[in-house]
Amino acid sequence: MHHQIEGSEAVARAVALCRPEVVCAYPITPQTHIVEGVGALVKKGQLTDCEFINVESEFAALSVAIGASAAGARTYTATASQGLLFMAEAVYNAAGLGLPIVMTIGNRAIGAPINIWNDHSDSMSMRDAGWIQLYAETNQEAVDLHIQAFRLAEELSCPVMVCMDGFILTHAYERIDLPSQQEVDAFLPRFEPVQVLDPAHPYSIGAMVGPEAFTEVRYLAHDKQVQALQLIPEIGQVFSEVFGRASGGLIHEYKSDGAETIVVALGSVNGTIKEVIDVMRGDGLAIGSVSICSFRPFPLDELRDALKSAKRVVVIEKNLAPGLGGVLASNVRMALRGATATVYTVIAGLGGRPILMNSLHDVFIAASEDKLTDVQFLDLNQAVVDLELERARTTRHSGPTAESILRQNAKVGE
Amino acid sequence: MTEHPSQSVKFYQTGTHTVGNRLLDETKRTVQASVDRSNAITSGHRACQGCGEALGARYALDSAMRATDGQLVAVNATGCLEVFTTPYPETSWQLPWLHSLFGNAPAVATGVAAAFRVKGRKDVRVIAQGGDGSTTDIGFGCLSGMFERNDDVLYICYDNEAYMNTGVQRSSATPPFARTATTQAIGEAPGNVFGTGKNLPLIAMAHNIPYVATASVADLHDLEYKVTKAMGMRGARYIHILVPCPLGWGSASDATIQVARLAIESGLFPLFEAEHGEVTQVSKIRRRVMAEDYLKVQKRFAHLFRKEGKDVDKIAVVQRMADHNIKRFGLMDEETAQ
Ligand SMILES: Cc1ncc(C[n+]2csc(CCOP(=O)(O)OP(=O)(O)O)c2C)c(N)n1
Ligand code: SF4
Ligand SMILES: [Mg+2]
Repeated sequence: MHHQIEGSEAVARAVALCRPEVVCAYPITPQTHIVEGVGALVKKGQLTDCEFINVESEFAALSVAIGASAAGARTYTATASQGLLFMAEAVYNAAGLGLPIVMTIGNRAIGAPINIWNDHSDSMSMRDAGWIQLYAETNQEAVDLHIQAFRLAEELSCPVMVCMDGFILTHAYERIDLPSQQEVDAFLPRFEPVQVLDPAHPYSIGAMVGPEAFTEVRYLAHDKQVQALQLIPEIGQVFSEVFGRASGGLIHEYKSDGAETIVVALGSVNGTIKEVIDVMRGDGLAIGSVSICSFRPFPLDELRDALKSAKRVVVIEKNLAPGLGGVLASNVRMALRGATATVYTVIAGLGGRPILMNSLHDVFIAASEDKLTDVQFLDLNQAVVDLELERARTTRHSGPTAESILRQNAKVGE
Repeated sequence: MTEHPSQSVKFYQTGTHTVGNRLLDETKRTVQASVDRSNAITSGHRACQGCGEALGARYALDSAMRATDGQLVAVNATGCLEVFTTPYPETSWQLPWLHSLFGNAPAVATGVAAAFRVKGRKDVRVIAQGGDGSTTDIGFGCLSGMFERNDDVLYICYDNEAYMNTGVQRSSATPPFARTATTQAIGEAPGNVFGTGKNLPLIAMAHNIPYVATASVADLHDLEYKVTKAMGMRGARYIHILVPCPLGWGSASDATIQVARLAIESGLFPLFEAEHGEVTQVSKIRRRVMAEDYLKVQKRFAHLFRKEGKDVDKIAVVQRMADHNIKRFGLMDEETAQ
């Protein structure tokens, strides 16, 4: 049924349709509405047989989830930004223990300077923790990916993060097709854990493993991700059969067939990118895009195939790897090893800076003329940066950079 | 108040303090005395000789297993107990056991309890356990959260007063003047320079949880009684067990029980129970010893007893702590108090 609702509310309802048995909540913007929504559904009695637990930190949230999942309960939590970093140790632990927890990330920047707006720094920091990472392009896809995530997690005994852009998706009101309980029940089988704490069959979970077996254990974690490369499209296929719409999968291609310039990005910015591509196609440019839905596992072969016609690839990166460039671009380069296409990294949308069509248009034109540098910052205010660099050069006690940049901005605006 | 077996029967032999277990009524004998004990931590683990933690955990877990008819899950923090009872495939645990991290055992246990509750398995009970480091320092936030929510978990702290597993470093439960690897017995102020140790039983009581108790490997009967009692209750419960560590304390490995007893008899480690924030029972000191008697049998305090002379001022500080406990908890009867 179609509803005009907020992304967070839609995700809360989708999660509830998956009948989680334990949900842990700790607030952080922009994730709050999601856990509030699930909590309300439990209180209203619409989500039954579910323990909704308010905890004292994100570290506790995921730790409670670890205990619940190890005891055989379908378990869910959500976080963002500082919260994800605060639970970092448990993030790795959940994956190491092979616990099929599903967690939403309402993608948000990481401080300092503290910033509540969207980019992908948070989930990127956990990219190698052993979780599957899916990025939603739209709120409809966020809903659909959560339903798929539980099935994927439980089939593989591997935790799954569903990443959705903070505010841009979490707080956007859109028309969403929410499936019925019957449909979800038909798609998502009961959770049958491969390992469970059970007094009838006692075993030890999480004991120490030495050098004699650690490599094999880690290899199997990698192998799980490789299996997921098969399973993600399969589950996407079953999903489209049950729900009547395509959602998920490894990558989404848009007018990329035969394109000479191909844009690659994660998440909601793909919507804007497609609009720019439509304009540029109208002007006769051979440009297309690939949206990556599954960042972990990283679909090397599929991406390589999708980019085969490209002379150049422009990666729109909502994160920064200081001293290198961007994380996504490094991964894309890995997919293109041996190929001749040039890969440009465009750092964009950090800390919620709007990614404007005009700016993208300019950068894609420059790219198609191979006039981009390797790493480019979209809409960087170079004048302010230069002033700040100069000030730091001439004054030892130059104070907080962030503040002086804002002062410069104010002056520039005067 | 429930009858307290170790106090209602007094078959102590003068000098040895041995409880005549066989003289007790069948129902009052220790869990360990029974052939039906669960051996929750079976033999073959790697604890040091005379490890108080191994002894305490064995008694605690077997009592809890009996109290729950074997329907028990244990969550373990990182630390000596976790390490010496594993690694794979040589686990000593005969019950379902989960180790996640150093600082999250209380939260993990909350999750386990929630899962069993939602599945309608009210019979399955949960214990979380860790050393003093995981309890009073790194896992303190999670523990307080678990208390505040009154989750149905018994948390047991095995207090050996330092981070033993990493090589005897100071924790917030380390007593004043104790030598550890990070508070060495050198310089102007040898040993631990500040604090009296974080008193977690009192902090637990401040959460008004149903049950808080202290226990010791010097009184295993009492320890079993308290664990059994705790497992008869619901909600958040906390038991803090003093477990001497021969390696870290520099005490003889055959003196673990004796050292633990000196801690009790000096008043430095009061044994008591509290319900909903009120002390309900206190074990009286039977034959008082001075704090000095406790300190001098441990090499971690050797710098207080140098050849040049005792450090009377510092010993007096510890004595004052003991005196304070005796007064605060009423550890002595009027006639023995003099
Ligand atoms: C986050 C984290 N920090 C530090 C450690 C290292 N570490 C493992 S066990 C331990 C000491 C445990 O001390 P305690 O809790 O008192 O238990 P004990 O070994 O003394 O029984 C430390 C510091 C760790 N495993 N994880
Ligand atoms: S170091 Fe101490 S606590 Fe650890 S096993 Fe040895 S005696 Fe036990
Ligand atoms: Mg310790």
